[in-house]
Amino acid sequence: MNPEELLYCETHEWVSITDEGGSKTATVGISKFAVEQLTDLVFMELPEPGAEVAAGDEFGEVESVKAVSSLYAPVAGKILEVNHDLPNNLETLSEDPYDKGWIIRLAVSDDSALSTLLDYQAYQKQCAAEE
Amino acid sequence: MTTALAHTPLHAWHKDQGARLVDFAGWSMPVQYTSIVAEHVATRTAASVFDISHMGRLRFDGDNAAAFLDHLLTRRVTDMEPGQIRYALLTNDQGGILDDVLVYHLESPHGARYFLLVVNASNRGKVIAWAQSQLATFPGVTMQDRTTDTAMIALQGPAALEIIDPLLDSSPANLKYYTGVVTRQMKKVCIVSRTGYTGEDGCELIIKASEAVQVWNNLLMAGRDRGCIAAGLGARDTLRLEAGMPLYGHELNEEITPFQAGLGFAVNLAEREFVGHQKLRTIRETAEHQRRVGLSLTGRRVPRENYPVLNSGQQVGHVTSGTFSPTLNKPIAMAYINAANAESDHGLEIDIRGKPTPATLVPLPFYSRNRK
Repeated sequence: MNPEELLYCETHEWVSITDEGGSKTATVGISKFAVEQLTDLVFMELPEPGAEVAAGDEFGEVESVKAVSSLYAPVAGKILEVNHDLPNNLETLSEDPYDKGWIIRLAVSDDSALSTLLDYQAYQKQCAAEE
Repeated sequence: MTTALAHTPLHAWHKDQGARLVDFAGWSMPVQYTSIVAEHVATRTAASVFDISHMGRLRFDGDNAAAFLDHLLTRRVTDMEPGQIRYALLTNDQGGILDDVLVYHLESPHGARYFLLVVNASNRGKVIAWAQSQLATFPGVTMQDRTTDTAMIALQGPAALEIIDPLLDSSPANLKYYTGVVTRQMKKVCIVSRTGYTGEDGCELIIKASEAVQVWNNLLMAGRDRGCIAAGLGARDTLRLEAGMPLYGHELNEEITPFQAGLGFAVNLAEREFVGHQKLRTIRETAEHQRRVGLSLTGRRVPRENYPVLNSGQQVGHVTSGTFSPTLNKPIAMAYINAANAESDHGLEIDIRGKPTPATLVPLPFYSRNRK
């Protein structure tokens, strides 16, 4: 996935929306910037498919030597798929955060939160301010 | 509106290297250059340099200086030979820990003898005010804060002494552990001590602030082929935690007694009177309510400061420091728990964000190096 075409949460999750015959699917991960800030990842907790999340809900956590970060759903929906390979291969998050490092896929139930997300330029600005 | 942070003489170097800088006790300090784990492993297997110039350095001169420090510290000072260094505590009237320090007895090349106190950055102002308030009864003793006109660099790791040896006039291998000497580094006067806060062998240097960058680069260049790299406060914290060393503000504060902290070895009560000694005598006789312990966990979730320690669901203590140990490859923590629960870990758990996780009592330190 091209990071310039994704939408971002202020909390550093990215989301990509695909529309198939009117039903929207969201693929969610965390940005390269977030992974670089965490460094030294040691643990990741993921949800099970089937769970319903609202936009802004915590759906998992990723932990580094230094700190723990919650993962928040950028958009409301039902969890279709979870990337269960990740917890045992945390390096995937830093090596390929926008493709193999995807975290969950959601069947979007309400996409109104999408309008509150940042585009690539706005997100880059936020990262520059945080650094 | 933010208060301006203090900069060490190496600040520009850290910035140039892309270090992640954080506010630590009012100083802008590097927490990591690349990765905490990589810097940690380099220290355990080769060597690394740490900028520890933020630590307070207070010099005491005068015939009464030894008596004065003896009055302030839990450790005997009056019998210290030049070159000796001791770990000691500064306690208040109630026996609470104001700071944990290293006291150095040093002799300059001209034969002048003086004492140096290396104190925590977070406590420097408090210690200076405390010492000043006690100075009046010790005529002739002077205190100088040398923190900003000097720099302090730690070189730590199994290769540390070999790396620094060619740079020094006097071989560091001749220094016993916890001794120090005023010598020369590349013709410039410096204090070298066989001390550290990582659980590895190594030394710490005190140099003129204006010479810090040169010394730092000399050390890195001398150690390059042996894998010596710069390490930040992140690795310093995981290293000291594995080595079971307390950190002020976490394992130590004014409410904690030296005995609870497991620092009874740093309290000399026999035939001495120092601030807090009466209270400490009484405390020593009474059973401790809480005690500092080491805990290790299975899995990969990390116990962090203030997480509750439980026994059969009841809180019996709290975590003061925790990390994922890079050397042991498992989560570890230091905690204060009720003395009654410190004997057996049956039913002991740490509440990690709502998930009670079984914990095992481990004798401190978690890690100790193979001593040659």
